[in-house]
Order: sequence, then structure tokens, then C-alpha cells
Amino acid sequence: MAIFGGRRSGHDPALPPGQHLTESFPVLSAGPTPAIDTDDWAFFISTESGKTHSWSWDEFRSLPAEDITVDIHCVTSWSKLGTSWRGVSLDTLFADVDTSRDYVMAHSYGGYTTNLPLEEILEGRAWVAFDFDGEPLDPEHGGPARLLVPHLYFWKSAKWVRGLVMHDQNDPGFWEQYGYDLHGDPWLEERYA
Amino acid sequence: MTHLDGNVLAGPASGLLGFDATTALGQCDSCGDVLELGQARVYGAPMGYVARCRTCDSVLVVIVESVRQRTLSTRGLRWIREGAP
Amino acid sequence: MNRSSGGWLTGTLVNAVPLTDSARSLTFRVPGWPGNDAGQHVDIRLTAPDGYQAVRSYSIATAGEGEAIELAVERLPDGEVSPFLVDELEIGDAVELRGPLGRWFVWRPEQTGPVQLVAGGSGVVPLVAMARVHTRAEALSAMQLLYSLRGPDDALYREELSAEDSKTTWHYTRIAPPGWPRMPGRLTAQDLVREALPYEDGVLTYICGPTGFVEAVAAAMIEIGHAADSIRTERFGGI
Repeated sequence: MAIFGGRRSGHDPALPPGQHLTESFPVLSAGPTPAIDTDDWAFFISTESGKTHSWSWDEFRSLPAEDITVDIHCVTSWSKLGTSWRGVSLDTLFADVDTSRDYVMAHSYGGYTTNLPLEEILEGRAWVAFDFDGEPLDPEHGGPARLLVPHLYFWKSAKWVRGLVMHDQNDPGFWEQYGYDLHGDPWLEERYA
Repeated sequence: MTHLDGNVLAGPASGLLGFDATTALGQCDSCGDVLELGQARVYGAPMGYVARCRTCDSVLVVIVESVRQRTLSTRGLRWIREGAP
Repeated sequence: MNRSSGGWLTGTLVNAVPLTDSARSLTFRVPGWPGNDAGQHVDIRLTAPDGYQAVRSYSIATAGEGEAIELAVERLPDGEVSPFLVDELEIGDAVELRGPLGRWFVWRPEQTGPVQLVAGGSGVVPLVAMARVHTRAEALSAMQLLYSLRGPDDALYREELSAEDSKTTWHYTRIAPPGWPRMPGRLTAQDLVREALPYEDGVLTYICGPTGFVEAVAAAMIEIGHAADSIRTERFGGI
């Protein structure tokens, strides 16, 4: 009798439970790839006071940026180790933002949303990334810019990000509404609510 | 990103509507287009099935299946009607 | 025959036949199977000892009443389920399946119009079911198959589709058999003009294969005059 095992490795310590390594970079989107002209692109952070901080593409690209190498983990069970990105840290973007709220809702061109606790996207844990593997980020993979939050399942790294809205509760975003975990920690296998 | 056909909804929707999803008719709540759900453009696999209107791309139906449960949203449709046999 | 099962049925493998180096025909006996139409598919669910589950869809090569269904599975290089089904599943093993599924991409003998089937690779499987039903019903309407594949060694159901009375046109994209009159290459609009039924009111086209193939062929069919709503498609990919 044949036993099905799947490809998941319980043994490689670099991989969270239930994940397997992929050499490719699968594309998964909840909708069609939006066509975004950087002339029209803007990134915003809006707070409870009604104030909105915003950056045009040129302003955004003038901010200090970092090269980052991280492992990424998709809830569909693939992981890629050592992926290279370039982006602006959320610490930089939040430098002058005054808020007492603890959660953000990320909004993307095309309507996608995902929720995150503010403390999990600060202290060097998240970026708005515009380059992947030394090249401008492909639209299929979220270009011109996407959120990059590698310590959580990759659906939280919103493609085509256009801004963050401060929330006082951990309101569910798109996938979270339909049964995915509000938090999404791959090391605790927080896949489903 | 290319999409799948509405045909793929057949399995995940199995038993949820009480009738076959792919030949069911629905009206997009956004633009009013009426279509057979088998004609919808489906994104999001394998995280879930996000069926979008051919005309305006609005989300019509979402189905997420996990080991323990299935979640269905039809909020993007004004109505759904069982298809002809 | 259009009943869809709400729950998972158990299918036991009763026959397995290699079709190519990378594909196998699998026949499952499924108690409680309600029968299916040509073009429908099943979801197969495999569960690992630790509870992990994977679900994949496969088109059914057979149609009609009875408890036996035949699938043809191609081993995908990066696949999780297909290598298990092609290389490991043994006679007597059981899988869970859900179906029959899909009523849009279906052909029934009551349909009287001429039919063009276009297959890309393993997309031929549901079209084989349609051809089998057409033959069994001794249908008078025209049905022909245009089968696009990499090379002769990749052909599924080659003998059946090469039979005297089957109307199969072979189209090779990478390797052609010796003496083949055409250079291998992707299917183009010109190939379709030459090899597919011309459009007229009542002609239906069914296209099945990988997403890129299906989109390209559907666009080409429209380009050469087929009405968009006369084309039915089933795409693989993404899963």
C-alpha cells in the first residue's frame, strides 16, 4: 500500500513546519495584475487624527533604502530561502507618524487588503520593497512596490501596496475575512483561523 | 497573472449552494452583468477561489477550503439562480 | 446524470496502465458513483499520516453510468500529488474523491451541432471522454479533435485516437515523427484555419489544456471568426 507524504520536510530547521523548498517563485494573486504607472503611484499612511502622510514615487525613492536578504514562506506550503530585495524600511516611513493605534490595514491597488499589528512591521521587520534579485520588482510579483513582511506568511506581504490605514482593532483583511489566520506566523503554523 | 475558469468552482462549491455552481447564473452587484458562474474568472488558487466578473473584475464569490472547514462568500452577487438542467 | 456529490467518496484503484513514460491511466471503482457526463472532472484528496491534505482536480476520461471511472494523470516535474498517483499508488489503494464536477465544459449526445475539440497536452483527457460518448451514441454530428502535443512519445490514448474512424489531427510542437510534412511549432491561427472546423452557427469548440495554451487558442479561434460564446474552455494551472 502506498503512503502519501507530500513534499513537506519536518527535518530542515530552516523551514517552518509543513513547508517545502521551491526553486521557482510561484505567483498567486487574488485578482488581475494592476497596471500602475509610477507617475501616478503614491504611498500613504493615514492616522486617526485625519492626517495622511504621503509620498510620490520620486519622494519614496529618495528615502534611504536597504538591501535585505530573507526567507519567505507561503501558506500554500512553499518556502524560498535567501531571497534578495531592496526597499524602504517601515521604520523610515513611520518616523514622523503620530498614532496611538496598534494595527494597520494595508491597502493595495486592485483592492486587496491585509491586516497587521503595528509592532510587527516596525523595528526592522518590514519594508516597502521595489527591487527583487537586483531588478525592479516585476508586476506579477507586486511591482512597482509591495509590502515585505517576511516573518509572517507571505499573503501579509501585500502586492501593489498603496498605503496603510491605522486601526484600533485587528480588523481582518481580504483572506483573513474568509478563514485565514489573523496573525499568520509560519513557525506556529497559523494558517487558518 | 492568468486566471482559471469558473469550472474550477465546481468542487469547492460542492454542496454549498444545493445546486451546481458552474451553470448557476448570477448578477454582478457592481456592474449588473449577468453571467454563468462557469464563465467567471477565478483567481487566488490555491489559497482560495476568488471568482471575478468578466466585465468589471469585481469579486463575485470567494471560497476558501481548509482541512476542517469551507467558507463561502457570495456578497459580490446581487442574486444567484440555479441553472437549467 | 447531472448530480453532484456533496461529500467525499472513496475510490479504489482497480486498474493502472502506463500511457507514456510520464503518464498513467488509473481506473477507480467508486461505490455510490452517480455516473458522469463527458468533460466532467473529479477532485482527488490525499491525506498524509500526519493529517496533511492535498487536493487536485483531474478530468475523467470515461462517461456514463456505472461505478468505474478512468483518469489519466501526467507526472508534473514539481508536482506533489501527480508523482504519487503516477508512480506510487498501487492496485487496491484507496483515495477520496469528490464529483462529478462541472456542467459547463460538458458534451452530451443531445447536442446536435458540429464540435471541434482542441487539446493541449494532457488537456486531451476530457475530450477523449467526449469522443468516446460521441462514438458510443453513434452520433451523426461532426466531432473532430485537434491534439497539440510536444512529440509522438507524449501522446495519451494514441492508438484509440489514431483509429480508422476517429477524426484526430495531430499537431507537434517540439518533435515531429520522421517524414512528418510540417515543422514542429506552436499552434497558430493559420493551423486552425487549416485544421479546425470553420465557424458557422451551431459549431461549438471545446479547448482544454494549460492556461497559456487555452488562452492563445481561444484568442486565435476568435481571430479566425469563431463567436466568443461558441468556445468553451477548461484551463489547468495555478494549482
